[in-house]
Amino acid sequence: MLKDITIGQFFPGNSIIHRLDSRFKILLDIAYVVMLFIAGNYCSLLTAGVFMLIVYMLSGISFKLIFKSLKPLLPIIIFTCILNLFFIHGEGDPLVQLGFITIYMEGITTSVFMTVRIVFLIVGMSLLTYTTSPIALTDAIERLLSPLKKLHFPVHELAMMMTIALRFIPTLIEETDKIMSAQKARGANLDTGGLIKKAKALIPVLIPLFVSAFKRANELALAMECRCYKGGEGRTRMKQLKFGMRDIIAVLIMAAMIALIVLMNIYVVIPGV
Amino acid sequence: MEERQIIKTEDLIFDYAVFDENGDETGKSRVLSDINLSIKEGSFVAILGHNGSGKSTLAKHCNGILIPSSGKVLVDGIDTSDESRIYDIRQTVGMVFQNPDNQIVATIVEEDVAFALENLGVPPDEIRRRVDEALKTVDMYDYKDHAPHRLSGGQKQRVAIAGIIAMRPRCIVMDEPTAMLDPKGRKEIMATIKMLNREHGITVVLITHYMEEAAKADRVVVIDKGKILLDDVPKKIFSQVELLKSVGLDVPQATELMYELRKSGIDVHDDIIDEEECVQVLYDILKSKE
Amino acid sequence: MNVIELKGLTYKYSVGTPFESVAVDNVNLQIEKGEFCGIIGHTGSGKSTLIQHLNGLLKPTSGEVIIDGQNIWDKGVDIRSVRFKVGLVFQYSEHQLFEETVYKDIAYGPKNMGCSEEDIDRRVREAAENMGIKDELLERSPFDLSGGQKRRVALAGVIAMDPEILILDEPAAGLDPIGREKVLKKISDYHKKYGKTILLVSHSMEDIVKYADKVLVMNKGRLFCHEDTDSVFARQDEIINIGLDVPQITKIMMGLREKGVDLGKDIYTVERAKERILRYMDKGTIC
Repeated sequence: MLKDITIGQFFPGNSIIHRLDSRFKILLDIAYVVMLFIAGNYCSLLTAGVFMLIVYMLSGISFKLIFKSLKPLLPIIIFTCILNLFFIHGEGDPLVQLGFITIYMEGITTSVFMTVRIVFLIVGMSLLTYTTSPIALTDAIERLLSPLKKLHFPVHELAMMMTIALRFIPTLIEETDKIMSAQKARGANLDTGGLIKKAKALIPVLIPLFVSAFKRANELALAMECRCYKGGEGRTRMKQLKFGMRDIIAVLIMAAMIALIVLMNIYVVIPGV
Repeated sequence: MEERQIIKTEDLIFDYAVFDENGDETGKSRVLSDINLSIKEGSFVAILGHNGSGKSTLAKHCNGILIPSSGKVLVDGIDTSDESRIYDIRQTVGMVFQNPDNQIVATIVEEDVAFALENLGVPPDEIRRRVDEALKTVDMYDYKDHAPHRLSGGQKQRVAIAGIIAMRPRCIVMDEPTAMLDPKGRKEIMATIKMLNREHGITVVLITHYMEEAAKADRVVVIDKGKILLDDVPKKIFSQVELLKSVGLDVPQATELMYELRKSGIDVHDDIIDEEECVQVLYDILKSKE
Repeated sequence: MNVIELKGLTYKYSVGTPFESVAVDNVNLQIEKGEFCGIIGHTGSGKSTLIQHLNGLLKPTSGEVIIDGQNIWDKGVDIRSVRFKVGLVFQYSEHQLFEETVYKDIAYGPKNMGCSEEDIDRRVREAAENMGIKDELLERSPFDLSGGQKRRVALAGVIAMDPEILILDEPAAGLDPIGREKVLKKISDYHKKYGKTILLVSHSMEDIVKYADKVLVMNKGRLFCHEDTDSVFARQDEIINIGLDVPQITKIMMGLREKGVDLGKDIYTVERAKERILRYMDKGTIC
């Protein structure tokens, strides 16, 4: 059960979005974020949102997951909303005045705008992890950062660490579960008590976990050496990331969208905003 | 024609340093003494010993993980202390360890099997071919896209073996590969080992404390207190019941039964190690009494 | 007197989802006080899930778990107190060691029980002695010990809680022949000395028949049988059919039977085989 938890929740599929090169997906996602922040009015913002929804539909990911992705970040969304609502002051008279709470019209419009933008941001970034496996993401990050190797940035080592971490997370979760059960069987009380008590109660779980993790690391390093691991020098890869027509088209579409947003900023004027 | 020695140790001695609580070296502990061992290419050798006998330490000398304190180890004629040839040595002699989990480095089975070849800079198409070949050899091809953590112990260990045979080593040293597996997993691995040796001619050195496994080898080397105690075919080794028990090892029940019967005055051979032979011998002596 | 009673115990994973699976299926079981019961079953037969119900680590999907006459899931029952009564040692128990010294680690259980300092001291020393841990080792770090020693320290840690019922999941897993013998012998001695109820989960039929009074066989989540060793071996063909292994000596006797010489179905140790063979040779029959 715990074994089924994967980071970023990847949902395998065969949609066109799934099949895009993961390097391009990362860059396109970044472009999308830029697009959201360039959008200067409701028209451009909502256009960006509609674009995102179309991409969602193409990916075959269920819309229920949109809400799932927002849930953990609800506090941030609410915080943004409230921050703008109460602290943006405009010209003229406030709409609401209750003691020290003042709400201006500009506060409301800005708040709504910022909140909508944040929601679109989270939804768009979640789509990346929903449609791209963790290992594809790691590979893409490694390739994208590879020019940094010239600056002696340890790109390969970073990617190797990420891969190994991803590989061992389910294993470590399972092990934590076992250790917790073993200590509970000896009377450990891991559920009750205040924060400090709970933290102390976790020591009999954390120490064995660390000891075991070090042992694993040692054994894994040995196994890797036996398979002639010598760092990133001269390494080839079985799976080559190859981009194709669909990736080029995706880039062109994104470029067109950004151009559209910029144009909307300049030429669309919404009264009262 | 002289038979090829794929691994040869000459007067191998290994000590490791003993430290006190302050981290100062207080002396040395001798783990292996005067080991002279030759492994013939194509053979299946079992190294049998209780925990602490030095068998794992010996295994680690076979591909240069450890270098002798004195004496030398030659892998296909190459001295393991020659650092410049270490990758040749490790491609010739692959190693599989006890914990299946701690050998798998990738998130997908086929990527893990490709690991060694990627390290060696093999061209991608060639890697693909050899990975598929290795997976088919250990009968894990259907699992090539699976995540390793969902596999059984026996399956994980087979993936680890595939990762080694992708390098096309001439010899594989297995350090207690079945110790953490259930009976089903143990059978799978022993069958895989036998197959690799018989059908693919790969030399196998199996480190174990299970006598049923050692009984399947062509040759058994018994190690005790860092020295070679016995070195012979399984039949001759297991017939020495008293000696084996005195060094903390066990014998198959078939052998033990024959031993007990001989102690009671019944004239039976002392070198019975498998069931079928035991059944036949018992049948003969019981029928003759009727 | 039954110290453990299971009524219709069923445990399902992922209930209500498409991944729902039954790990333990309607198990009815009685274990007598002082019984040494060996539990055997292939991987996935439900034996690990079953034993975790006995000390309340898992709650049944349906059915009752009755320890010493008390349903442990009744209102008002402190489930932690059940864990003091029913000691459970997991596989590769040395992974639970965490304290600075062996003494402190063994004391962890009794400490959780709220025992006094003198009581803790007595329990630790007694448990260490029962598990063959010499005094000198008590002040050492558990991480400095050998595999077999660590294993016995972990066992002592549970024994120090003085549970009425002791459940051990493959206590000899991964140990060499000497290590196995040491651990299992200590458990057997402990059973003889204190008359506790012992449940020993193992993959090795050889180990079980050597020490246990009764054998409990699990198959695909169901209780296959729970009988004394002779009765279980009378059904050896069925046992083999469900994928379990019998000792080599039993297979040898089966081979003999196929050839027409029947020495009986109750042979599962070398000693018994020898006695039977000698008797046959002496008298021409097995009686």
